[in-house]
Amino acid sequence: MTVHASFPDAALEPAPLLTVSGVSRFYGERIGCADVSFDLWPGEVLGIVGESGSGKSTLLRCLAGIDKPDAGEVLFRAGPEPLDIYSVSEQERRRLMRTAWGIVHQNPRDGLRMDVTAGGNVGERLMDRGDRHYGKIRERALDWLQRVEIAGSRIDDRPRQFSGGMQQRLQIARVLVSEPRLVFMDEPTGGLDVSVQARLLDLLRVLVRDLGLAAIIVTHDLAVARLLTDRLMVMKDGHVVEQGLTDQVLDDPHHAYTQLLTSAVLSV
Amino acid sequence: MTMHQVPAEDTKPAYNYAYLDEQTKRMIRRALLKAVAVPGYQVPFGSREMPLARGWGTGGIQVTAAIIGPSDALKVIDQGADDTTNAVSIRKFFERTADARTTEATEEATIIQTRHRIPEAPLKSGQVIVYQVPMPEPLRKLEPREAETRKMHAWAEYGLMQVKLYENIARFGEVTTTYDYPVLVNGRYVTAPSPIPKFDNPKMHMSPALQLFGAGREKRIYAIPPHTSVKSLDFEDHPFRIQSWTEPCGLCGAGDSYLDEVVIDDRGARMFVCSDSHYCETRRAEGHRGAMLGDAALTGLVEETKP
Repeated sequence: MTVHASFPDAALEPAPLLTVSGVSRFYGERIGCADVSFDLWPGEVLGIVGESGSGKSTLLRCLAGIDKPDAGEVLFRAGPEPLDIYSVSEQERRRLMRTAWGIVHQNPRDGLRMDVTAGGNVGERLMDRGDRHYGKIRERALDWLQRVEIAGSRIDDRPRQFSGGMQQRLQIARVLVSEPRLVFMDEPTGGLDVSVQARLLDLLRVLVRDLGLAAIIVTHDLAVARLLTDRLMVMKDGHVVEQGLTDQVLDDPHHAYTQLLTSAVLSV
Repeated sequence: MTMHQVPAEDTKPAYNYAYLDEQTKRMIRRALLKAVAVPGYQVPFGSREMPLARGWGTGGIQVTAAIIGPSDALKVIDQGADDTTNAVSIRKFFERTADARTTEATEEATIIQTRHRIPEAPLKSGQVIVYQVPMPEPLRKLEPREAETRKMHAWAEYGLMQVKLYENIARFGEVTTTYDYPVLVNGRYVTAPSPIPKFDNPKMHMSPALQLFGAGREKRIYAIPPHTSVKSLDFEDHPFRIQSWTEPCGLCGAGDSYLDEVVIDDRGARMFVCSDSHYCETRRAEGHRGAMLGDAALTGLVEETKP
């Protein structure tokens, strides 16, 4: 057998995982987000920053298949051919949402079933895809709880009995258990205190690197963006005003709004 | 036509045969045909007001009214017994409105309307069993939105049902649902078998009888045609199991029937008896005697049948 390419990674993943072109979403007269286009490559982490009301979450909902955009298309490469997620049937889109990508919500209550045990929460996606062996489901759930640093003894506790940070980690385990290729995170560290944020960020960084996940992270915290993301997109009033490599955007901001944003960060 | 017709000597009061008017019966029959064509699928129908409170079996009565004819023999059971208030009233209702022959014998009946049980005697081809269903949607307690549960049925997204079973096993070591135990009909639709004990679930599988389900308050009809697979949901390593008892029926000695626990004095004594009253009587008539039959006959609980 002969070895061909000198860049095996590039040869394996020759195409972007997600291609977004001209996505716009309007709420009546008002703009949610307008004319957003970008490519996301496998294993890449993209950050979307901007002040509240700038259309970050709207864009995320459009990309994740929750809200149909009014214009533009979202191509997801699940197999060899890219798939327009809004032209496939709702059934197929729901299947993709449960298997090929996952959403980590800002509020764990939106992403977890609060009256189902931690094990059941993590196992749900496995059972969705047809796993019917209790012991194996439980084993996987246990493994994932430990990977997000939740003690295995808490597997039969309900999320209500967990702290906010644990709930957020549980939500991450619930999403990652089905081994998605792409994860959407909406303010994953919102509402957590700083030390818990730091541990969560560490964890996310390790998971994203280890699993080779592509991720889109919406945040208004530039420190989170700096730590986690490879590339950054700055939004204001529904438009993307600047995008580029994270360090580049944060260290050498070009747009007036980005300059304002970076200079507004408190340094302790 | 006047509203208040005075019936002639030889006619019944101003009710149509089997209470419902012919158009309503046609509507219900159309729903039934669709239900039989798509086993386990819940067909909406225009449920009518019946002379009986919603939740007391209006769905079952409407289905029975739509299929009954003068040549049918009707058996009605409530919790397995032929002699409970609900069963007696419904039987009387059809005696008056449909000239129906009623029977307590499972083998003789052509239509069996039931609440909470399937008779112990195996059903035969040609028999119809009509279930009264309070809650036709098995996913309702897990997903409150009707639009969402319809999508879940349409695309067979039944992971959530499995999560419920998982929760049971995680908390209690086994599936603790003992009645209305969810089943997969014909390998496609997850269906509520109505509140029959899970003991009866295996009887639904490949049954030669036609099984019809009517939910009056929820306005749904569904069906399991004869010889259709009905699988109780479970896990590979926690297979479905039915209830079992440590002692046989106190009256007839049956070890293979569903038993009710009956408290018989104020000192905590209790006995187990068949919930299917006809089955128990038949066995006693055949000469089977349970350990407590003599005591029960003395206190007037049962009439002792001489073998």
